[in-house]
Amino acid sequence: MNARPLLQVSQLRKAFGGVQAINQVSFDVSSGELLGIIGPNGSGKTTIVNLITGFVKPTSGEVIYKGTNITSWAPHRIVRLGVARTFQMVKPFYQLPAYKNMIIPLYSPRVKGLAGGKYGDRNAVALDLLEDVGFERDSFVAYKVASVLPQGYLKRLELAKAIALQPDLLILDELFSGLSLAEVASMVPIIEKLRQEGKTIIMIEHRLKELFRIADRILVLNYGTKIAEGAAEQVMENDAVKNAYLGTEA
Amino acid sequence: MKKRKERIDRGIKARSGDIFTVCSWREMTYLAFPRLLPIVGCLLLPLILSGYWQKVLLSVAVFALLAISWDILAQSSMVSLGQALFFGMGAYVAGVFNHYFGWSPFVTIPLATVLGGAFCTLLLLPVLRLRGIYFAMVTLIIPLMLVRVIEASKIFGGTEGISGLSPLPSAWVEVYVAVAALLAALFGFRRMMDSDYGLVLKGINDNDRSVMNAGINIYWYKVQALFISSAIGAFAGALMTHVYMFVGMPVFALDYSILPIAAAVVGGPGTLAGATLGAFILVPLSELLRGIGGLRIVFYGLFLVIFIVALPEGLFHYIQRKYFQFERLVEVEK
Repeated sequence: MNARPLLQVSQLRKAFGGVQAINQVSFDVSSGELLGIIGPNGSGKTTIVNLITGFVKPTSGEVIYKGTNITSWAPHRIVRLGVARTFQMVKPFYQLPAYKNMIIPLYSPRVKGLAGGKYGDRNAVALDLLEDVGFERDSFVAYKVASVLPQGYLKRLELAKAIALQPDLLILDELFSGLSLAEVASMVPIIEKLRQEGKTIIMIEHRLKELFRIADRILVLNYGTKIAEGAAEQVMENDAVKNAYLGTEA
Repeated sequence: MKKRKERIDRGIKARSGDIFTVCSWREMTYLAFPRLLPIVGCLLLPLILSGYWQKVLLSVAVFALLAISWDILAQSSMVSLGQALFFGMGAYVAGVFNHYFGWSPFVTIPLATVLGGAFCTLLLLPVLRLRGIYFAMVTLIIPLMLVRVIEASKIFGGTEGISGLSPLPSAWVEVYVAVAALLAALFGFRRMMDSDYGLVLKGINDNDRSVMNAGINIYWYKVQALFISSAIGAFAGALMTHVYMFVGMPVFALDYSILPIAAAVVGGPGTLAGATLGAFILVPLSELLRGIGGLRIVFYGLFLVIFIVALPEGLFHYIQRKYFQFERLVEVEK
């Protein structure tokens, strides 16, 4: 039995001025689990990710990762412990070719540490990682400057950059948003493969159908508060969740 | 029929990018020429030029070093308006060690490069988190502030400065030290910016949150870039202190901040070579215009405006493009 969860979030609160973006949210994520976080727009999903990964400091509460209190740590220190994330609004290095985008995470102290200081030819590793997320090796797409790549490839690049860090906990912030049905269908097997490799994943998603297919557990946020948690079917039967998504009759 | 311009890599560029280039003198010359031209040119120029123009060349090298220093900072997301801070700090450190301790210029110049770089880095450490215009404003203000500190506290000779400092052995040594430093900085730091380390610095400029998200401490990298940049500026200042045998408040003058930026913009920022080329155009131009007296600044300004409007990408990028690519007109598809 796994005694301690990989990630423990307890009584997390974040106020931006008078607005309570996150209010006393607590949850655990076990090793190897895929937790889905859903909620209407503005419910605080991305803020939770920012709080866990150190991009925003919480007003109160704690984030414990592998038994270490990482609350308010700088983002680069949290990454070094093995937490990687993608951004909802993609953040590539627009002036660099796609494969050169990969060099920066491959240059990270975490990757250097895991490889014992030897990490081989970064360009070759970058091209391999890009192929894993769907950059066809025979095409020139990996050599194109990021600023000319379509959204689908930029999302894949975002995922590849996170995978390059060899994380134990991967947080995917609306990875499927802005993608066509076909693109989403081709991304799902990549996520499933990551799970088979034993990665723990938190997915923030609006594409509920695809998320419910792969998630072990769903957590629902509304106005910064946790309103439900459990298996997908169980959560969707919850009245509070129905009200949050569909509203109530006047 | 509507036509559009198409740019295609020259055949020789594609061929010389490959291992087979070693088989052909033509391709090897194509690769070596742009690198050998500045090296041979810089080493031969002092032999050809007269005493006055040798001094101009020295000044060109110093401003080119300051422009390289500005370009490295700009590529690492720190746009500075205060290269005079680096120049002045190096100048004062060299002057003080030479005057008070009697150390030779061959000791004070390297010492001022390292110590000057370290002092400037420490001074700017608290504002490293500032971005864009806010960082630029602070770098502009600090050298102006230091001038008033020296004036009010009368330290290091106050408004009079320190004169009678040791010169370098000869004018030849002066000019060749400057030129050698320029070539070393140009080629060394171009290589650094093209490496994976340089890619991280450029990444911070492009998207700092994404670099943070790769587990890299961007502030530590910014400190390193700041130290490298300020050490280059400090070297230039220390060298000029021993050339003029004097150090005083003018070393913090605005010229040392503005001219390097103008050089980098005219030459084309982001390559270091562009910044150097810009200094090789602007400094001699400024000397040539001396003959027309008061209208000098007007013509100088006019030249800058025309250049920036006509070639916004910078001269180096333009030349580089012509060297690697040719253009042709193709019909626009309906």
